[in-house]
Amino acid sequence: MVFQEIYKKCQNIMDKRTSMGDAISRYVRPGAHISIGGFTLNRNPMAAVYEIIRRKIGNLHVYAHSNGQGIDELIGAGCVRAVEIAYGGNGRFAPTCIRFRKAVESGRVLIEDYSNYQMTLRFMAGAMGVPFLPTISSLGTDIVGKWGFSQEFREKERRLSLKKLTVINNPFQRQVDDPRKVVLVPAINPDVTIIHVQQADAKGTVRIEGLTFADVEQARASKRLIVTCEEIVSETILREEPGKNQIPFFCVDAVVHQPHGAYPTACYLYYDYDPVYLNHYKEAAQEDSAYRQYLEHYVYGVKNHQGLLNLIGKDRLALIKAKSPEGYAPGLDRR
Amino acid sequence: MDCSLREMMAVAAAREIHDHDIVFCGTGISMLAAMAAKHINAPNSVIFFETGAIDSLLEEIPLAVADPRVMYGTVLNGGLADSFATMQNRFTGPEVVGILGAAQIDKYGNLNSTAIGDYQRPGVRFSGSGGACDVASFVGRTIIFMQQVKGRFVSRLDYLTSPGYLNGEGGRERAGLRPGGPDVVITNKGMFRFNADTKEMYLTGYYNGVTIEEILETMEFSVDTSRVSEVPCATANEVRILREICDPQGLIL
Repeated sequence: MVFQEIYKKCQNIMDKRTSMGDAISRYVRPGAHISIGGFTLNRNPMAAVYEIIRRKIGNLHVYAHSNGQGIDELIGAGCVRAVEIAYGGNGRFAPTCIRFRKAVESGRVLIEDYSNYQMTLRFMAGAMGVPFLPTISSLGTDIVGKWGFSQEFREKERRLSLKKLTVINNPFQRQVDDPRKVVLVPAINPDVTIIHVQQADAKGTVRIEGLTFADVEQARASKRLIVTCEEIVSETILREEPGKNQIPFFCVDAVVHQPHGAYPTACYLYYDYDPVYLNHYKEAAQEDSAYRQYLEHYVYGVKNHQGLLNLIGKDRLALIKAKSPEGYAPGLDRR
Repeated sequence: MDCSLREMMAVAAAREIHDHDIVFCGTGISMLAAMAAKHINAPNSVIFFETGAIDSLLEEIPLAVADPRVMYGTVLNGGLADSFATMQNRFTGPEVVGILGAAQIDKYGNLNSTAIGDYQRPGVRFSGSGGACDVASFVGRTIIFMQQVKGRFVSRLDYLTSPGYLNGEGGRERAGLRPGGPDVVITNKGMFRFNADTKEMYLTGYYNGVTIEEILETMEFSVDTSRVSEVPCATANEVRILREICDPQGLIL
């Protein structure tokens, strides 16, 4: 009896479910260093991104590998001051993300370029608690030779390393075909990471279906972690097949139940990306006043993500509903 | 068989993929080439993506390397850390063929996909490396797609994103990179390869209806043309596979 009461109490303390507004306002402060999960047009935590934009949280420093849509919208809405990134593109919908391109060309956003593997290693180093990891990628290139941030900026911002990266001789070289040199890339520990996943329980244990991208490394590297999910499932279900889970509950600070939380990007097994939305976005992004109208209508003009989904309507959401076993919407008109 | 130059590019690249190759491909025409190769000349080739998907079924053409279509029917869905480690790995890396594209290329096959003009305040900003620099650093050989237009084949890159042969013979080794480097450059007008010793690009082929002069006049550097011949046209079967099997919605073509 006593044990049951204690257990119940623990359950309450451990229940991390909260609203999107509460999670974002509590953990994503102006000037925060953040990273978001997903890759180009898949599993970006878009509901959270739109909430950040609606709350006009600015001056963000973003660590990204290839988070196409989410990063482009954060930059487009003026929330981002600086970005460390490997790829600002969104597949066929944007060989180069348009608001990203405009912001960099006009100098509105500071930028530092790495490769995708380097950004992954930087999150991994942060997750592992080591100051850097080595790679042989980028030797002889301008990724090593040309730096984006000024030394002054690096010195003023204590959360950044003083060097973009450094090249050293391989201290363990023995054979001629061993690497002679390695590039050391510095660890990242974001203030907060936001990921959108298929399933989580109330305490925060995460199950990602399909590709994990670098979500797990990003999540574990971060001081705070917000998990938004399609479904809240019981802990019992997650414990039945623990091999399918990626992040344990103690790494998680907030759990937000947010169906279609990756929309308009895809969420494997749940829904496809919405080509109509992404094509419309692409057009609007070309021109400042059209982009302003896009933001007013689809982001500021709605109260929350459900408001956006209501604008889109049930019919269009039905078109992108994933079929089994494919996990996407076969035959969807993607022109 | 009559086909567009873009279709010809995809076919030319597909022919460069050998059976049992492990093919790293990106978005767009490289994806189409890799898919076509599986139906034409390399049924046992394995397509894998930097996002971590290995040997995807690809019943529909993905529009990005993170498209859920790359996740269906794979042997394994991993993540970025696994896929790049596979290419950096000294045993599996040399087995991989990478397909890359870029905004600029120089005569040693080095690529720029980052910026035109000053890096910090560029005239034109592109997507950046993504996984391209990693692939070009790690794998055994690369196939490069380029548009044959002015400003693309340049004497000096504005930004060196992905290493080819760097500054020529021995360049990769001096920088500390593994052997490897670009094998062929495929454009919408013809094809180039690289001299075994100097690592300089030379013209090896032009498509039906294209003249050597119209290729050369787009380029800022000179290339040897003594080994050039017409690239065999796409066959009816190759074109059918592209149009009917790989890209029936015309999303890439």
